[in-house]
Amino acid sequence: MTPEDLPSLVNGNPMLRRWGRFLDADVLLAVGTEEWMLRLRDGAVESVRHGPFLMPSWTLAIRIELEAWQAFLSPEPPPGRHDLMALLRGRELRLEGNLHPFMSHLLWFKAALATLRSQPARAAA
Amino acid sequence: MMEPIRGGYMAVPLGGKLHRIYVEETGSGIPLLCLHTAGSDTRQWRGLLNDARVTQHFRCVTFDLPWHGKSSPPDGWWKEEYKLTTASYVEAILGVSDALGLDRPVVMGCSIGGRVVLELAASHGARLGGVIGLQSSSHVDPYYDTEWAHRPDVHGGEVCAGIVSGLMAPQSPENERWETLWHYMQGGPGVFRGDLHFYKAEGDLRARLEAIDTARCPVWLLTGEYDYSCSPEATRETARHIPGSDVTIMSRLGHFPMSENYEHFATFLRPVLDQIRGRAADRAAP
Repeated sequence: MTPEDLPSLVNGNPMLRRWGRFLDADVLLAVGTEEWMLRLRDGAVESVRHGPFLMPSWTLAIRIELEAWQAFLSPEPPPGRHDLMALLRGRELRLEGNLHPFMSHLLWFKAALATLRSQPARAAA
Repeated sequence: MMEPIRGGYMAVPLGGKLHRIYVEETGSGIPLLCLHTAGSDTRQWRGLLNDARVTQHFRCVTFDLPWHGKSSPPDGWWKEEYKLTTASYVEAILGVSDALGLDRPVVMGCSIGGRVVLELAASHGARLGGVIGLQSSSHVDPYYDTEWAHRPDVHGGEVCAGIVSGLMAPQSPENERWETLWHYMQGGPGVFRGDLHFYKAEGDLRARLEAIDTARCPVWLLTGEYDYSCSPEATRETARHIPGSDVTIMSRLGHFPMSENYEHFATFLRPVLDQIRGRAADRAAP
């Protein structure tokens, strides 16, 4: 799945809508050389535009290496690429701009982007 | 049916002030003193304290650090900023151990607890039966600004949970991962950040490792592979400076092994506890 699937995955999810009820931001999501502009309002992904953009204006930019993003979206993501903060720790994710919407809604951002994963990981027993 | 865990409060003098400390325990045998992670509390050990395979051989004890869980902060707390230090942490652990009369306890700690057991082994090894460091390293390099964990325009409980949520393995059961996060959501304002003062700044124990004598105080280090705060490589690097230490890298576990997936963690812990029982039996033999 691609970031363009986010509105259908997020907007009908009552948990994400509740968590994000105060979340408003224009987020530039850059994966490798590709870019998407996510317009977030009240925890919904109101629109997604696919770049390239000549003069983008955004609240917050999330830039992720392509290989790391692909691993993040795999059904059983490997250690170090299973979480946005893990990617940050490994310097494969970079945040720019106003970080307040991101940090005040950290669980929302982690869960919303993880909806693009095809299958959840199985429990270890 | 009631769980076998007993809880209670005791007064312990720490830093010149009396502290009201909450303690849980169950089982009998070799004392096993368990330390929770930064910003959390004793509930992380619910799996271990309910495991009869362990409690039939070990007196399992755990306590909430001051400012955490059901332990109170000291009188006048509203006038000070909480910051955990190596000295105050060691004082709390030994204070509780002495107040309970534990004889040569094995101390098992996770994260900040996994860090401080290194100092315990270095400076008080002769008083201990050994240490088990979970997610243990002698230092970590900061990778995010901890100011976010305590500021009035960000919900402290939610951001603390968000910061640590990815430290768990995605394979750990969803309900146990969220139970672990619930504890984080209940921490007092600034407490997680105050613990990180020890974990990320003051408590760099690299220079202390050479004081550890594993013949006197054995050291076991167990680290979950999904932990990017204390990574397996950080644990291996720490162990390289502790001759005789024993390292286990735990598959499909993260930063909170005893809380995020106890049953899976127990498969790694059991051989360590068997070794501890063997050593105790050897010491008791005529």
